[in-house]
Formats: sequence, C-alpha cells, structure tokens
Amino acid sequence: MSLNKLSKLHSKLLRSAVCVGNIPPAGEYYNLKKRRGLTGLAFCLPGFFGIAIFYLVPFLDVVRRSFVQASGGRFCGADNYKIVLGNAAFQLAAKNTARFILVCLPLLLLLSLLLALLVNGLGVRLKAAFKSAFLLPMAIPAASVVLLWKLMFDTHGFVNGIADWLGLAPVDWMNTDAAFAVLVFSYIWKNLGYTLVLWMAGLASVPQDVYEAAQIDGAGRLVRFFKITLPLIKPMIFTIVVLSLLNSFKVFREAYLVSGGYPQESIYLLQHLFNNWFLDLSVDKMAASSVLLALVIGIFVAVLEHSWEDVPYRSSHE
Amino acid sequence: MNRIGKLLSVLILTVFGLMTAAPLFFLFCGGLMGNGEINEYLKPFIYHMDGYAGWRLFPLYPTLRNFVKLFLDSPEFFRMFWNTMAVTAGILLGQFLFGLPAAWGLARYPVPAKKVFYMLCIVLMMLPFQVTMLSEYLVLNRLGMLDTLWSMILPGVFSTFSVFLMYRFFCGIPEELLESARIDGAGELQIFFMLGVPLGASGILSALVLQFLECFNMIEQPLVFLKEKSRWPLSLYLPEIDEKQMGFALCCSFVALVPPLLVFCMGQQYLEAGIMAGAVKE
Repeated sequence: MSLNKLSKLHSKLLRSAVCVGNIPPAGEYYNLKKRRGLTGLAFCLPGFFGIAIFYLVPFLDVVRRSFVQASGGRFCGADNYKIVLGNAAFQLAAKNTARFILVCLPLLLLLSLLLALLVNGLGVRLKAAFKSAFLLPMAIPAASVVLLWKLMFDTHGFVNGIADWLGLAPVDWMNTDAAFAVLVFSYIWKNLGYTLVLWMAGLASVPQDVYEAAQIDGAGRLVRFFKITLPLIKPMIFTIVVLSLLNSFKVFREAYLVSGGYPQESIYLLQHLFNNWFLDLSVDKMAASSVLLALVIGIFVAVLEHSWEDVPYRSSHE
Repeated sequence: MNRIGKLLSVLILTVFGLMTAAPLFFLFCGGLMGNGEINEYLKPFIYHMDGYAGWRLFPLYPTLRNFVKLFLDSPEFFRMFWNTMAVTAGILLGQFLFGLPAAWGLARYPVPAKKVFYMLCIVLMMLPFQVTMLSEYLVLNRLGMLDTLWSMILPGVFSTFSVFLMYRFFCGIPEELLESARIDGAGELQIFFMLGVPLGASGILSALVLQFLECFNMIEQPLVFLKEKSRWPLSLYLPEIDEKQMGFALCCSFVALVPPLLVFCMGQQYLEAGIMAGAVKE
C-alpha cells in the first residue's frame, strides 16, 4: 500500500471517528465550519450580488420614495399611503382582485382535487395521457390563445353561437360583468394542470396500506376519502392554496391582451392599476402601493413557509 | 358498479382534457386553413355582421399558404421571434452562471445567515412583477438599459425562482457522497461540477423547463420597459396582427407556441417534478 493511500485511509478513519461522535478539538471544528461557510458564500456571492443590485437596493429606494412627495422630494410621512388607500381606482382594483381570488381559488382547488382523484384511479397510461392534457396550457403562451379567447367571447363569437343554438340569449361577454367569468375561465384553464399535479403529489404521499386496512375494515370510498385522505393531505392544502394564490396574479396577461389597459370595470385588477400608474409616472402612488402589496404577499409567504415546515413532520409521524 | 364508475370518471376527465387541449388543436387547424375558408366561417366576427362565427373541426381545403407567407414574407415575425429567443437564451445562460452556483452554495454549505438568504429567495420569487416593477425600472433607468433587450434579460437572470428549485433538488443529494469525495481529495469546485451538477441534473432541467415556458410568456416586462417596436418579443406582436388576416394570425400563434410545446413534450417529467418541488419538502 502506497504512502498516499495510507494517509487517505488515515484521514478517512479520522473523519468516520468524527461522525461516530468523538468530539474533535473545538477550535479545529470551528475552523472547518467557518472555511466551509466561506466556500459556500463564494458560490452564492455572484448570484446574490445581482439580486441585491436588481431587487433589494432598488426596493429600499422604493420604500424611501413611498414616504416622500413625488415632486420636490420632501418627507411627507404616510401621506402617499393615505392617498393610495383613499383612491377610488385603487379601491375598485383591490376589491376586484380580492373577489377574483375568492371566487377562483375554491373553484380551482375543488375542481382540480376532483380531477386528481379521478386520474389517480386510472391505469398508468391513461393517467399519463390525462396529466399531459391538463398540463398542456402551461406550454401555450398567453399571446397565442388571445385570438381564440377573442373569437370565443365576442358578441358574434363561438360561445354565443352555441348559446344561440341551444336557444339561450347571447351575452356581451367582454363589455358586461360577464367579463369576470371569462377571466375566471381563463385562470382555471391555465392552472388546472398545475394544481392537479400538486394534488397528485399529495395523494401519492398517503400510504397505500392505510387504505387497504380501512377497506378490510369495511370503510367505503367516501369514508376513506374524508377520514383518511383529507386529514393526511391537510398540511398540503395550505401550500397549494398559497401557490395558486400567487399564480393568480399572472392572469393579468390574458386580461390585458384580450381587453387592454382599461378593461370592463369588473376585471380592472390591481395589476392594471399598477400598469396605468406606471404609464402616468405616478411614482409616489406606485411606491406606496408596491410596499403595501409586498407586505400582504410577505404575510402569505410566511404562511406558506410555515406550512412547508409542517409537511415533513406530520407525514413522517404517520 | 366499479366498471361504470371507471367509465364515468374517464368520461368526465375526457371532457375536461379536451377543454384544456382544444386550443392547441384549434390553432393548428386554423393555421392550415386558407384565408378564404377562414373568413367565410368567421365573417360575423370579423365584419361585425349578424349571426355567429362558426368553425370546422378540420379544414375543408388545408393549405400551407399561411405558413409559407409566415416563413418567407414576414420579417417582423422573425425579428420578434429572435428577440424572444435571445431573451430566453440570455436568461437561461445567466441563470447557469449565477443562479446555479448560488443554489449549490446555499444547499450544501453552512453559509452564514443561510436562513435569511433562503427566505429572501422565496419572498422575491413570490412577488408578482407589478410589485417589483418600479424597483426594476429605477435600476434599469440608472444603468441606461431601458428599451434594450437587457431590460428583460438581467432582471430575469436574477429571478430567484430557479435558485429555489435547484436548491430543493441539491438538498436531496446525500452528504456522505460529497464527504467521501472530499476524503478522496476532490476540491470544492470539482465536487460541484463532477457531483453536484450531474446529481442535481433533474433539478436543473426542471428549472430550465419552467423558466423557458415563462420566458415565452413574458408580457408585463416588455410592456413597460420596451418602447421600440423592433425589440418587442413575440408575445406583444401576436395580438397586434390585423383581425382581417385571421388565417395568418392563427398561423403565427401556432408557430409561436411550437418552441414551448417542444420543450413541454421533451421535458414534461421535469415540469412535473418542478411543480411538485414547490409543494413537497424533500
């Protein structure tokens, strides 16, 4: 055995001794950890430098701007916030956004859970085929379907054509409150597959033997769902809610491309408002509302982080 | 009973599956239709006449004329197509250079203030574009990059979503493996390239696929950062096509979704893995 190999073996033994629990000299261990930490930092630094330049530092500037007047730059306390919160357009947009989320989320979650349960009962090949079909909208850019959406929801469009054929009255989809339904449809179409895959991941984490045991004990399908599946995937529901919620902001793309910067009133969302304030260069209002929105989303993220922490513990206890 | 139940579930799924997949089929067939045929079906829509737009599942007289026109006679389409490709390539490449090592460092080393970095990644990844729009504008303005493709590439390179994804996958590599490589004398860079990258490949691919789809869907950023039309990405060009040229517009819409569709077909398993990484902690 060469000297080199011997020394390697020696260090290997030393390390394994460390692993077993022999305590190394405190200083040496501390140094090793510190050196490792610095190596890691070297890997992280270029990326985080960029993040700091493009996101962190300017966001601090935005926070500063939210407390000063746009013209003159004098400190004005919470005035910008008061202006934003009292702004009629902001109130309308916030209300619409909240309403959109409150309608869409339960609808999306229930529908995708139902479909996930159905897909889960199928054989391997059908399962894969349906999953692909549901995920397909993720691959279709919003810009490519805009034309189809327009064709469908025009007063002379496909949907009204079908309604007419069924003997129903036509609807002016884009210029009445029905626009809201179009937006909901568009969101669900886009996100169904995403949420379905999340649910399926949750369902797959439920151990099969628990089902079998319950089945032997005579539990029916519904009982098994409500007594086993639902409690076991409960920690995931939070995560799925938050992820879907955050995805819901992207519905602006379809809304904007189909009906521009000033759509029908019921689908005028916060995203439209931000866009229009940007075009008007209302920096003070934008700054204040960015900070407000960031705070609200920060809270959701904290909830999400909390629910992430929950998942491994609960599932490992079962 | 069980058989009927299964049949019923397949039926329900088929209805929804057709609904989600139909637009692709529609765009494909629309692209193959001649302008004469398509105008006939969509007359009420295009000219706001009485009656309703109709459609045929398959074109009566399929023709490649619109595809030919698109490929030979529409320089704008190609300029914007290449804009989109350039932005996508720039972002993906940049994330390899910056995001990949950052994810590795965060996942595998006792970096000081690790938790802070991690939370920062998550918060930034969750913020919708509208919240960071003003900040991004301020920097890009300061750097003189407004109205250039860089205004889309650079903020995209440092978006933390892919860092988070790759982090998740890197965390799953067993520490013993890296430890034994160290004992055999491998340097930290060597470990990163020889073990980290190959073992985290599925995470890297997940990030790649999701980011690619996102890039082809960029609308908010070019809308506010780009004024000059020649730098627009496809996603802003498509809705601009004249409604009187329906066949051509459908054809463009279809061609525009071919790259993301190919990525989807090749990388669906990574797409799914990427989605799931957001929900299940390894």
